[in-house]
Amino acid sequence: MIKGYPERLIDENGLRLDGRRPDELRPIKLEIGVLGNADGSAYIEQGKNKILVGVYGPREIHPKHAELPNRAVLRCRYRMAPFSTEERKNPAPSRREIEISKVIREALEPAVMSEYYPRTVIDIFIEALQCDGGTRCAGIVAASLALADAGIPMRDLVSSCSAGKAGGEIILDLFDLEDKYGDADMPVALMVNLNMITLLQMDGKLNPMEFEKAFTMAMEGCRKIRGLQVEALKKRYQGIVEREGTSEFDEEGT
Amino acid sequence: MRISWDDEVAIYTQRRQLVTPGELLAQGEYYPELNTFKEKDKIYSMIVGLFDYRGNRLSVVPLKHCYIPYVGDLVIGKVVDSGMSGWTVDIHSPYSALLPLTEATSRPPSIRKEVEGILRIGDLIKAKVIAFDRTKDPILTIRDRDLGRVTRGKVVKISPSKIPRLIGKKGSMINLLKKESLCDLTVGQNGVILVMCKSPEAEEAVIDVIKMIEREAHTQGLTDRVSEALRRRIGSTP
Repeated sequence: MIKGYPERLIDENGLRLDGRRPDELRPIKLEIGVLGNADGSAYIEQGKNKILVGVYGPREIHPKHAELPNRAVLRCRYRMAPFSTEERKNPAPSRREIEISKVIREALEPAVMSEYYPRTVIDIFIEALQCDGGTRCAGIVAASLALADAGIPMRDLVSSCSAGKAGGEIILDLFDLEDKYGDADMPVALMVNLNMITLLQMDGKLNPMEFEKAFTMAMEGCRKIRGLQVEALKKRYQGIVEREGTSEFDEEGT
Repeated sequence: MRISWDDEVAIYTQRRQLVTPGELLAQGEYYPELNTFKEKDKIYSMIVGLFDYRGNRLSVVPLKHCYIPYVGDLVIGKVVDSGMSGWTVDIHSPYSALLPLTEATSRPPSIRKEVEGILRIGDLIKAKVIAFDRTKDPILTIRDRDLGRVTRGKVVKISPSKIPRLIGKKGSMINLLKKESLCDLTVGQNGVILVMCKSPEAEEAVIDVIKMIEREAHTQGLTDRVSEALRRRIGSTP
């Protein structure tokens, strides 16, 4: 682990502290259907980030007065485990966790076809087991896979990735140190096939040209991540379907 | 199918191919049906499932979904609450069902004791959905032949999306199960199946076979494997 204040975030070869090129993503591992009791689940490892997501629902909503007559309510909880960071994190929900829960919910809401299940609730639990920067993006990636795993209709998978500026360079997929000591961090969530942005945040400073560059880079990152998401889904379900194109499914009878 | 040379009209996916949410299925003069939607002139899948089409109507067969009641469905549920006007029934759906007193008996009793005499909390019932429109909870009835309290047998739960496979084309699979095992099977559309056999061993065997059907619902030659498994299991326990 790299500790303390880094002398510089980009070295003379143009590589970052963890040896990545500026436009390179961290290695991503995706797994689907990891939890037996949840309706849908997914696990993501993105560099040192480790995040587990469980989706329950659509199910009956409690408290009953929170129901909506025309669509399902989407509830999202992002939580960091006390052991997820170098310093122990107080397990009580912090201001930051509550905010991230909200932005993740809003990033997923446009994708979920909640109007198919009025008066119900879809619960999403995002547990960050180990954090190393960009957990909201990784959380969104895993959550949209868990939703797909639960069989919930969606307009598109939501793919998410951050871009920003550190050591004077525009870089993709910032990790903790680059986020802390860099100049700017900008998480983006995208429904790639529909070309719709569902999340766009930024802290730090970027001039319009840098913003343009970082934004294009983040979109490109989202596209790559979507490829991985689709691959993970196919890997999970291809085994069940067995030999695509030849499996039979005698649909009939009620 | 080509409308003009400017508009591309094509299906991009093969039949029975695994598709994911947001995957482009076709473009042009097609109609989105089950689990697909249209955005401008493009049709996308909205779930993980198997692509299928009839003519120019596109659909995706789901691999997983929750049970949404339909009028006329036979369901097996559990009584979870009782009141003076009826019961609440858990039917493994996002919507809990109501069984009004008037749908349970022709002479509504006047005292609570008698209500409990008909159904109690914890009872399993076979019931039919008589009304549901998503704005109110589904209404059940047990005033029909073969409906009402379940008194014996074993219950097995499978995913509701696998029920069509368990029944098979024109009931081929379920009839095979019944014929080979000599058991009485009631299939609830909500994914709950009641198995009634002469011996507990036979019940266990049938449940195992049902679970096998759920596991291998989308594979080829399932019917043959089911009849073989049944013969092997039931044959040894007559």
